[in-house]
Amino acid sequence: MEGVGLLMLIYVFVLAIFVGFELITKVPPTLHTPLMSGSNAISGITIVGAILSAGLHEFTVSTILGLIAVIFATINVVGGFLVTDRMLKMFKKK
Amino acid sequence: MKLLIEISYLLSSVLFIFGIKKLSSPKTARNGNFLAAVGMLIAIVATLLDQHVLTYEWILLGFIIGATVGTIMALKVPMTGMPQMVGLLNGFGGGASMLVAYSEYYKIINFPQFTHDYQTSITIVLSILIGAVTFTGSLIAFGKLQGLVTGKVVRYPLQHPLNALLLLSVFVGGTYFVLNPELQWLIISIGIISLILGVLLVLPIGGADMPVAISLLNSYSGLAASATGFVLQNNELIIAGALVGASGIILTNIMCKGMNRSLMNVVLGGWESAGSTSSSAVVTNQKGQVKSVDAEELAMLFDAAESIIIVPGYGMAVAQAQHAVRDLVNVLEARGKKVRFAIHPVAGRMPGHMNVLLAEAQIPYDKMLAMEDINDDFPNTDIAFVVGANDVVNPAARHDKNSPIYGMPILNVDYAKTVVINKRSLNVGYAGIDNELFFYPNALMYFGDAKEAITKLVHEIKNY
Repeated sequence: MEGVGLLMLIYVFVLAIFVGFELITKVPPTLHTPLMSGSNAISGITIVGAILSAGLHEFTVSTILGLIAVIFATINVVGGFLVTDRMLKMFKKK
Repeated sequence: MKLLIEISYLLSSVLFIFGIKKLSSPKTARNGNFLAAVGMLIAIVATLLDQHVLTYEWILLGFIIGATVGTIMALKVPMTGMPQMVGLLNGFGGGASMLVAYSEYYKIINFPQFTHDYQTSITIVLSILIGAVTFTGSLIAFGKLQGLVTGKVVRYPLQHPLNALLLLSVFVGGTYFVLNPELQWLIISIGIISLILGVLLVLPIGGADMPVAISLLNSYSGLAASATGFVLQNNELIIAGALVGASGIILTNIMCKGMNRSLMNVVLGGWESAGSTSSSAVVTNQKGQVKSVDAEELAMLFDAAESIIIVPGYGMAVAQAQHAVRDLVNVLEARGKKVRFAIHPVAGRMPGHMNVLLAEAQIPYDKMLAMEDINDDFPNTDIAFVVGANDVVNPAARHDKNSPIYGMPILNVDYAKTVVINKRSLNVGYAGIDNELFFYPNALMYFGDAKEAITKLVHEIKNY
């Protein structure tokens, strides 16, 4: 049963990679920098795991690691989305 | 409640996908970024409702510190510093993944209610490996781009055997750890070795190869998030990470094609000749005379031209000349000339670097053309104006089989009636080779710092 669970996760991973390929190939070269910073912000989704670690009831080494992880991931998310917005605001047509 | 959380994760994943989809056009891109940010917010709120989250003060503290630092970074960074910024953000993402994996490990060790199995142990090792390599690798990339670490190709003794040995030891150690998960020292050692590996892998990569390194690290930061998703058995992390992973791989591939080099060649460290760059004195003595022009002569030339293509390179970014270039475009267009930009895929230090700088200077994006869309237009163009680019316009790539850049796709500026090259000196570019273009009969050198030289040119055109 455990093996099936892992397989389901791998399924999701593989399908998502395909979706990613389809989506990203359509992004024009002119937007490649915002694409990188924006997708970078999305990879900050690790924040979910960081929250689960930092929110434990008992204070342990896991909490400390979780706190640092929350800081890192929040920088990643907030910085990433904001700087992407800053760049995309500048792209204008004549 | 659990169902609600799961549905929120699903919604959030869908928003990420829609967000990236909207990046396919500059018109909808900003909206897309906003949708992705909303998706992230939904995921964060849903996680805060999780039954395992019992105390909030540490999370809140983390949010405050992280959001403050992130906001300051995002608002302060100049557009020319964008490659460093993205490099640094990649690193934070990777670092977070590594820390979460360790935190999960200590949960399993300390609390009986968290059980472990082979699957968890394997994914913890992978998450630590990818996260750690992304973390230190990105910090080194940041240091190189910021000028804190040398931007040159760095070689050290036994480079490849050493890296192979380190990677092998992570895999052997990882396997042993999966069988004996109680060994704390082992999982800590695996982390330390992975951190060292990140440094050693990025250190050899030279400045102009940074677009590849940054794209690759971008991909790793996504894969690190996916690996964390496997540890936590969370589909949303897996999906979001996979999207980013795919994005980074595609960009890496585009960058490698733009240089006609294999990924292995870039990762293993630089062009053969890149270490031993010849000095400019040697460059000038052979192929005859270069013709140089001053601002006044150039103003005359531009006045007579009808169509102009500007080719920006990293030199424009270094000189912060994008605003001067915009002024040039404005005076030329006011005189009824057709001005466009030709952008090579690897111009600058990251994918799309030139486009962002030009957009910052309020140059409309429909004037920026990709190499394949504009290369056939050079023969019908009066002036190709090269600003701070070198290797990407070197015609040797087309015909000289002995050149290290042979086969690399280049912008055919030499087919234009006149090529004007703005450069500070005749020094070689990143590939460490002479550019025969400078000696072509239709080539004119316009020496000087890009910003000053172009400002002077604009002044002369206005007075002409």
